Amino acid sequence: MSKSYFDETHCAFGHPKSTFMQWMLTVDHKRIGIMYAVVMFTFFFVAVAAALTMRFELFAPGQQFIDAHTFNQAFTLHGVVMVFLFIIPGIPAVFGNIVMPLMIGAKDVSFPRLNWFTFWLYIVGCIVALSSLFNFNIADGSLVFNFADTGWTFYAPYSLNTDTNVVTTLVAAFILGMASILTGLNFLVTIHRLRAPGMDFFKMPLFVWGIYATAWIQLLATPVIGITLVLALLEKYFGIGIFDPAKGGDPVLFQHLFWIYSHPAVYLMILPAFGIMSEIIPAFSRREIFGYRTIALSSAAIAGVGYLVWGHHLFTSGMSDLAKTMFSFLTFFVAIPTGIKFYDWIATMYKGKIILDTPMLWALGTIITFAIGGLSGVTIAMIGADIHLQDTYYTIAHFHYAMLGGVVFLFFAGIHYWFPLVFGKMYSEAKAKFAFYTLFIGFNLLWFPMFIAGYLGMPRRYFDYLPEFHIYHQISFWGAIIFVSGLIFMFYTLIQGMRNGKPTTPNPWNATTLEWHLPSSPPPLENHTKVPYVDFRPYEYHHGQPVVKFDENMKRID
Amino acid sequence: MSHEYVPEIAVDREGKEHVVQGWQGDYEGGKLGFWLFMLTEVLMFGAMFMTLTYYFTLHHADFIKASSELDRTLGGVNTVVLLFSALTMGLGLLKMRSGDVKGAKLMIWLTILLAAVFLGVKAQEWTNDYHEGIFLGLDSMQAGGGKSFGEILFFGMYFTMTGLHGFHIIIGIGLMLWLLKRINSGKVSPDHHILHFNIALYWDLVHLIWVFVFPYFYMTGAGVIHG
Repeated sequence: MSKSYFDETHCAFGHPKSTFMQWMLTVDHKRIGIMYAVVMFTFFFVAVAAALTMRFELFAPGQQFIDAHTFNQAFTLHGVVMVFLFIIPGIPAVFGNIVMPLMIGAKDVSFPRLNWFTFWLYIVGCIVALSSLFNFNIADGSLVFNFADTGWTFYAPYSLNTDTNVVTTLVAAFILGMASILTGLNFLVTIHRLRAPGMDFFKMPLFVWGIYATAWIQLLATPVIGITLVLALLEKYFGIGIFDPAKGGDPVLFQHLFWIYSHPAVYLMILPAFGIMSEIIPAFSRREIFGYRTIALSSAAIAGVGYLVWGHHLFTSGMSDLAKTMFSFLTFFVAIPTGIKFYDWIATMYKGKIILDTPMLWALGTIITFAIGGLSGVTIAMIGADIHLQDTYYTIAHFHYAMLGGVVFLFFAGIHYWFPLVFGKMYSEAKAKFAFYTLFIGFNLLWFPMFIAGYLGMPRRYFDYLPEFHIYHQISFWGAIIFVSGLIFMFYTLIQGMRNGKPTTPNPWNATTLEWHLPSSPPPLENHTKVPYVDFRPYEYHHGQPVVKFDENMKRID
Repeated sequence: MSHEYVPEIAVDREGKEHVVQGWQGDYEGGKLGFWLFMLTEVLMFGAMFMTLTYYFTLHHADFIKASSELDRTLGGVNTVVLLFSALTMGLGLLKMRSGDVKGAKLMIWLTILLAAVFLGVKAQEWTNDYHEGIFLGLDSMQAGGGKSFGEILFFGMYFTMTGLHGFHIIIGIGLMLWLLKRINSGKVSPDHHILHFNIALYWDLVHLIWVFVFPYFYMTGAGVIHG
């Protein structure tokens, strides 16, 4: 049995003997990716708990379990944790780290020690975020729950006037932003410099394209939000009227600066997810991907156009009609490259040998949920419709169909797809499929009624509602219960698989990309023992079998 | 990380050999990474300049009045000092490349000296401002403290941006001292000077930001005649 990356590692400094310290100091991209996953999913469940609390409260009109102020804190907690701690580091931090270097035949990322530092910067950000949950009262030693109640958008001037812990939350978001920038920088250099010989940009797997487009967004958009948060802090502490109109500032400017980052950020979340889809569809259709170049370039197009559409969050905030029209028009444009991707995926499956294993089920489920999420997004990009639907449950349903039904579902797809690669073991397919169906049904029950409720006028972030909305909230509640049960069952299945799953071969799915051509499973410390010369396209299948084969020295033998 | 780096070879189907690029000792990669990092700095200051420009259109007269109260002599001296430090930094890199390690070290020390002078002048300037009641957090800098919204905003942004710039100067001094240590221990040499290159790049950006900060804050009100 050869040694895997679980047995040995390189450290940022020193040669610690204990396994624990070896994990803490590791610079190995695979281990860092796993550590990200552990921390992120811990926070994911915190945010799920906050959301479930809100669902319980909203089961009936009036006050049941928590008061209105706590409700405000609950949705802020849900938003901040989900966005800044979970989904923005998200797929790049986990699979960008674990899989991307393997896919391009690199031994590690370009700056392994920076990668280690970035992970710990992320942890520092998480700790600061946690510290903003409570106020410690020195007099009687009590902890008072005092998390921000502004919503994750921190709109000024309210965020500058509230007594809750907005400042620490802003600092946390700033630190997490720094970590995001450094991750993007590291990946950009890695993709530019460390591709295997012969692998040009159009021979890269499409997940690498997704990570590449994402890395540019991380690099170019995040500094703007960083400085916006710094400006907000200055206003809070020194009374400079930047955003508060009572001090001569302009609150709409805050919204502009905030969305200049935060809108590209949703593309930052979805592009690597689309990358995962582009890996899974050809592998489980046993067919070369349709329109490789269009998928690759549409990632770049989404990243580019996505930069210029932030204004559609401000249709009701006060903007000139000309600006509104332009932002609306540009927003429609994003649907074009996204549509291209969807047709390419479906065309790939046409006449393919479709194998309905768990990753493929997740990918197919996402095609349905993301289509709903994406198309409902086009409806609210229309200025007229948006005036009616802005800040209603319709928008919330759209957002969650796109983010949960798109990004997180594909994240789960990726987890099931790369699970045997990472752990060298297999989860129980039957249980994992059951988990998928539970989650899929729960998800639609949870979110679809919100489209209707929102259309009828149910506003978001409200603690109470009129009796006529009762039925939608009830359906949503039962959906949430099914969804969370499915979630727990899925993670149970995965942990079972990790503990005592059946050992697998290095390429259990018959996939073609380089990460499936490792000498052993789980991979050895420095990945491929020999780096291949890449003179082939990433997804070559012939009669349902991979075309490219290697001998043990990674020389082609087909 | 003590493992030795062995360059690897990939063989294609014709039997031709291709060198595999590793992350170790990747000069181009180090350069690219640092350029990208500089891009984030540009965007960070860019967002602040954008904010400033926007408020300049909102509070036009206030900004010009506030700007006229800044000390153009000290600011001007600092501009010259910083431009000279960029020169010494660049010369140091040229000397390093041509193999003159001693000359390079001298130039880095000169740059550090000029940077310290810059910080000294800046400190003097801020002290003067403080005594005139212009500083972050003072009562006279709050709404209703005798200054208009625009003036408070102008001085607020002035301290923020020059403060952030000064912070970059301090970081720069630290980086240069670290560079000197690395040169002394032989880890940076004419054959392996990526660190020197990147720090020179950083210093160029720091002086470039000042080139925009100076006219924006000090010169917009230069035409106002007091008294």
